Amino acid sequence: MTAVTKKAENPIAHLSPEDIEEIGQRLDAIRQEVLDSRGASDAAYIRRVIKTQRYLELGSRAVLLGSIFPPAFIVGTAGLSVAKILDNMEIGHNILHGQWDWMRDPKIHSTTWEWDNVTPSDQWKHSHNELHHTYTNVIGKDNDLGYGIMRVDEDQPWHPFFMFQPVWNFINACFFEYGIAAYDLELGKNLKTPKEKRSAEFTANSKAVLAKIRKQAAKDYVVHPLLSLPTGSFLPTLAANFTANIVRNLWTHSVIMCGHFPEGVETFEKKSIEGETRGEWYLRQMLGSANISGSKALHMMSGNLSHQIEHHLFPDLPSNRYAEVAPKVRAIFDEYDLNYHTAPMPKQVASAWHRFVRLSFPNGWLATTNAKNLPQQLVALYKISTADKRKRRVMLKLLERKANQQAAEYVPAA
Amino acid sequence: MTLPPRSEILDVVSSISLSAPVLARSAQRGALRRRLRAAADAALTPLSLDDVLDGFHPLRSGADLRGKIVAVQAETADAATIVIKPGRDWRGHEPGQYLQVGVDVDGVRLWRSYSLTHGPRRDGHISITVKAIPDGVVSNHLVHRARAGEMIHLQQAAGDFVLPLPVPDRLLLVTAGSGVTPVIGMLRNLFSRSVAPTTDIVLLHVNQTEPDSIFKDELRALGASSRITLVEHFDDRDGVLDLARLESLVPDIAARTSYACGPSGLLDALEQWYDERGLALTTERFRTALLADAGEGGTVTFADGIVLEADGATPILDAAEAAGVLMPSGCRMGICMGCVLPMKEGAIRDLRNGEVTVVVPGEAGPGGVKIQTCISAAAGDCHLDH
Repeated sequence: MTAVTKKAENPIAHLSPEDIEEIGQRLDAIRQEVLDSRGASDAAYIRRVIKTQRYLELGSRAVLLGSIFPPAFIVGTAGLSVAKILDNMEIGHNILHGQWDWMRDPKIHSTTWEWDNVTPSDQWKHSHNELHHTYTNVIGKDNDLGYGIMRVDEDQPWHPFFMFQPVWNFINACFFEYGIAAYDLELGKNLKTPKEKRSAEFTANSKAVLAKIRKQAAKDYVVHPLLSLPTGSFLPTLAANFTANIVRNLWTHSVIMCGHFPEGVETFEKKSIEGETRGEWYLRQMLGSANISGSKALHMMSGNLSHQIEHHLFPDLPSNRYAEVAPKVRAIFDEYDLNYHTAPMPKQVASAWHRFVRLSFPNGWLATTNAKNLPQQLVALYKISTADKRKRRVMLKLLERKANQQAAEYVPAA
Repeated sequence: MTLPPRSEILDVVSSISLSAPVLARSAQRGALRRRLRAAADAALTPLSLDDVLDGFHPLRSGADLRGKIVAVQAETADAATIVIKPGRDWRGHEPGQYLQVGVDVDGVRLWRSYSLTHGPRRDGHISITVKAIPDGVVSNHLVHRARAGEMIHLQQAAGDFVLPLPVPDRLLLVTAGSGVTPVIGMLRNLFSRSVAPTTDIVLLHVNQTEPDSIFKDELRALGASSRITLVEHFDDRDGVLDLARLESLVPDIAARTSYACGPSGLLDALEQWYDERGLALTTERFRTALLADAGEGGTVTFADGIVLEADGATPILDAAEAAGVLMPSGCRMGICMGCVLPMKEGAIRDLRNGEVTVVVPGEAGPGGVKIQTCISAAAGDCHLDH
């Protein structure tokens, strides 16, 4: 997508500043309703989920002690995968957002919680809570837009590296927790900096990540396989743990892709958020997120990120309340003629992948390509890729102009 | 009498009677235990063994101190005794001391202090007696809604409102309302001994009405058997207690070691009365400060002694940074939890919706109440642990 402010048909042009502030006030009122009714049943909910997750994980790991037997391997691996997903999504992600801080339980608190993931929770809180949730979908501010390894918006400049971004994305999906750790560390940027110039913060954070990786790997790939040794299940347990980590990574990656990358989700220019009001911030969250429709089980397994729109509007409300808030939020979308972006998971995942493939090519390349001119177009693509920086910029511009001209010719004809 | 903390006993025992091989074996066992725990923690990371054991045995030694309510006994229409089985690490108490209990009310953990109303009991349980005060969130929960089986959080006993040893010959105990709670603990302890104490005790027990009087029957029984001299004062019957009458109520008051517990108004007056006569009085106050209405702005005090003024419209984060305090910060709009700091006492207002949070000294819980400094303005004088 192109940043909203550059679009021919700006989806928020019909809103007056008063409309936007009223939307903000009405969303504030929805938030307050939940705060006023937050209580014992919510506290019981998160404790129940935590308890279930722990029993499921302990049970699965116990079953895996005998994972040499195929049924034990299958049951244990499935259980552990689900346990890891619950830990990361409905429990960890939401506690780290401070959704349960109001309980004043020091054990279920954003400042003390640690999750089953190689990223230390405080680094996640910085990159995710602070940068991504504050600057959601602002190009150049929100690093979640492609995580620095992908081009997810027309307004991000094309580079030959992005030609293979579907591959990068798949690899990132498999090892997502490591991807996040590298991302939180801003590893790419820091590795380019000479060693002696890297910040002390980076050094400390890297040490923390390495320590966390060591602990996580020791648990999954040394301690539990060793515990399974007596039944001859060392390797099956190791394989089961590896599989559970991959399953968790693929699942969380897919859910997170659905949140901001499906086609139709809006992005924003840096200058559009200067002096942004609370109403405007709300509006950006409304248009910059997409929901997944589905069953209660899906909501649970996605950590209620299936209610991504509600989550982005109210990141600190308990996740178990998003479902009841959703219809009220949607009513505001409808009333102000805004697009409430929701679809079943397969559709959202496919849409996000479509976007990655589409944007792996330079703007306008796909539009100007047909079966007949494919060879020439491939040659052109090769030339753009191998050109130096300045030439490439010119060639990209020409290509985009050509596509625009074609589109302009096509429209009157239609 | 209370037993000394367990560790002291162990020290004494080990220095006297344990031979070298036994000590070596126990050291080995300690090392083995540590290694097993390290292995368990490695298998459970990011959880620890304790997190898992908490689910099965929350009262075990080594856990955060908790207690399980074993009985809730009504004392009056709005007071109840809560009998608690404390965790294994409970170090005991002396009668007259209080403890802080952390109770989850409507999902929120709130801490309050209550006097212990028994001496050490044979069954190892402890008890507190709670009077439900109007709008008292925790006291109403404990008196009217708490049930046997509920888990609560505890801190070790504290306070120096205890009888000296040896117990003086003549005692005066003045209690008003639920101020009787630490005193009943002292009395129960004294009279539970095999050898009855020879102390001459006068208890001046003040209540608004007779039905309000907690432990009325038990105290009257003590009075009837001449173990104490009970002077009951009911405001509705006798009028508000006039301290000018103290000397006629207790003629030998100057010769008595005196203890008093009750509302601040009465204690202030009593302290003045004793001061004027050059007499000593030991008092116990329940709440050092009553909940004042939250105001606009106030001072913010930091752990290193820095004090600054913050108005009622400026986030504490901004005010502190403007004064040069190094603060953790993040989104500055209340969503990232990067600025959260523990408040030990004070009052704050959430600038987004005006909600006020008040923390009274001694009721912040062990880690303080964690607040978001970027969306909170001072609504009174605040103490931050930072």
